[in-house]
Amino acid sequence: MKKEKVVGLEGSFAVAEAVRLANADVIAAYPITPQTHIVERLSEMVAEGELDADFICVESEHTAMSACVGASAAGARVFTCTAGQGLELMHEVLYIPSSMRLPVVAVIANRALSAPLSVWCDHSDMMAVRDIGWIQMLAENNQQAFDLTLCAYRIAEDSDVLFPAMVHIDGFYLSHVIEDMSLPEDEEIAGFIPEYEHPFTLDPDNPVSMGCYGPPFIYPEAKKAQEVAFENTMLKILETWKAFGDRFGRYYAPVEKYRMEDAKIALLTMGSCSETAMLAIDELRAKGEDVGLIRLRLWRPFPFKEFREAVKDVEVLVVLDRCVSFGMGGPVCSEVKAALYDQQKKPHVVGFIGGLGGRDILIEGFEYMIRSALEKVKAIKRGEEIETEMIGVRE
Amino acid sequence: MKKEEADLFVPREVTTDEIFVPGHRACIGCGEALAIRHVCKALGRNVIIVNATGCSEIIASLLPQTSWCVPWIHTLFENTASVMSGIEAAYKARVRKGKIADKNVKFIAFAGDGGTSDIGIQALSGAMERGHDFLYVCYDNEAYMNTGIQRSSSTPYGAWTTTAPDGKKSIGQATWKKNMPEIAVAHKIPYVATACPSYPFDLMDKVKRGIEIEGPAYVHIFSPCPTGWRAPPELTIEIGRLAVESGVFPLYEVINGEYRLNFDFPDLKPVREYMKPQRRFKHLTEDIIDKIQARVADEYSRLREKAGVK
Repeated sequence: MKKEKVVGLEGSFAVAEAVRLANADVIAAYPITPQTHIVERLSEMVAEGELDADFICVESEHTAMSACVGASAAGARVFTCTAGQGLELMHEVLYIPSSMRLPVVAVIANRALSAPLSVWCDHSDMMAVRDIGWIQMLAENNQQAFDLTLCAYRIAEDSDVLFPAMVHIDGFYLSHVIEDMSLPEDEEIAGFIPEYEHPFTLDPDNPVSMGCYGPPFIYPEAKKAQEVAFENTMLKILETWKAFGDRFGRYYAPVEKYRMEDAKIALLTMGSCSETAMLAIDELRAKGEDVGLIRLRLWRPFPFKEFREAVKDVEVLVVLDRCVSFGMGGPVCSEVKAALYDQQKKPHVVGFIGGLGGRDILIEGFEYMIRSALEKVKAIKRGEEIETEMIGVRE
Repeated sequence: MKKEEADLFVPREVTTDEIFVPGHRACIGCGEALAIRHVCKALGRNVIIVNATGCSEIIASLLPQTSWCVPWIHTLFENTASVMSGIEAAYKARVRKGKIADKNVKFIAFAGDGGTSDIGIQALSGAMERGHDFLYVCYDNEAYMNTGIQRSSSTPYGAWTTTAPDGKKSIGQATWKKNMPEIAVAHKIPYVATACPSYPFDLMDKVKRGIEIEGPAYVHIFSPCPTGWRAPPELTIEIGRLAVESGVFPLYEVINGEYRLNFDFPDLKPVREYMKPQRRFKHLTEDIIDKIQARVADEYSRLREKAGVK
């Protein structure tokens, strides 16, 4: 076990600490609530000489991601962070690092999307970027925000990976909340993230053309190579989390289970609300219910194997989405169902949508979802579909 | 040998090193490809080029081939100056942190008029304001030629394009050409210039000055497009000269705010002469041409005033 100190740190500051310890060379970011404390803290670090980086205060998120692309292609370790609308403005650019294999690391303070304008948390922003080829992982507390950001650099920059990675921290719930957390000493981090060395960089001594034009005779080959390489990132994600655990004692997994022993009913959550969900599970367990919690730590690449393993003995799976896929229900629920479709033995899947635009989900909310799911399953006839319910909405 | 004849081949001999090599797919008589060749000769090989989407990108980088002999990157349409910002910052940071040796690499952005004065203007404005050390070259062929001659904000008044066609209720382009060099000047950057491949030595001098000056430099190159202007490809150089001699596209520099008119024509050629070989202007009536003539004369006299030409 390595030497660590316990500190009280806001989620945003925890992320900034991780970027400092990773010794990023270039930061390009545009302020947006609730990401602002990250850029403010990083600016201070650069101003005080605690972090030797070029901080480009760009004029938009589109430029933030574009500058990260340029800097990464020129061989620099880079960082950006954004939220909600900012991630949407980046959308077009997000495809570039994933298809040009540039390991940009971004932290997203998850935020709802307009309209109406909302600066508060939900997962609409991260769901809108799920098909782009970024590794996406979620933190549920500040410790994880720190740990996962550090791990993101080691994963993304591995020569067998070279894909960009996003760490999602729920806006306000993590970005603006101070919690106790363990912070490794600087020297303890040394060596955990190797020097970034991309096999191809923009260098006049070794000229390459990047981002060429792909006609039909080559485009599908490029996309297949990308997809195969992206699926293979799972190996390095698991290796990195194992190495991190061995060094710092905190182990992460693509699918994490809480009180799932003998559970017939499972609740599936992502992000910060998982901690509230744990309290709900504790209460229900105390009442003798066979319930447990499954949290998706990794959203992309989707952890099919680990997820199927986690639910193999579950009879009812209750899925919470903090996002609406209009006309389709909740995106997490859809994907979970797709992941189970070919399985011989599979649970009933009951979807709920909640926590939109920063609406809190309390312990009672999770208890309601579980109770209501059981009733729905009991009431349906063979071949009937259970409709996704939006919870906690005044009508 | 007449000077004009010498001008046709001497630029090739400035350096025999070709950085933008033949075999690309530009149209016959492309003013932009010619300008790129001259610009590259002036730049040399110690550069990193960022290219916007557009003609220059698609003609020369069709996988698995490339015409670029220097490090070159294309990502999107509107973010050329932004990608360049990241590259420049990465280089500075890595040199400072001892990760690479400082070899005085120059950072160059290439984009067309659409990629500059329309969709990329925010990125360019941001990069100029932040003061990155780079040269931005706009190849202005006065419309979206790559996609099929659609109008841009750089299309001149009255010109036909596929999205501003002339018709019973249209004269063609109904707005005046956006003055992008003046927008660059308004950012108080140390170097702004206009150039044209019909004046290759002037063009190369300006590119060299642009990379030597510390801070942002902007060179706006008038690049005749025979395909889009509906003009004979063998007249590319002549049309460029007529644009300059008529005052339609004057060649000037603004160094730290000081204007310098590189070629002055006290008696401008009529705009009619410039327009005549281009079918994009053929529908224009006399009164419209008079209106254009008056505007060109007025703008030229204002420019002379700024440059202190008596």
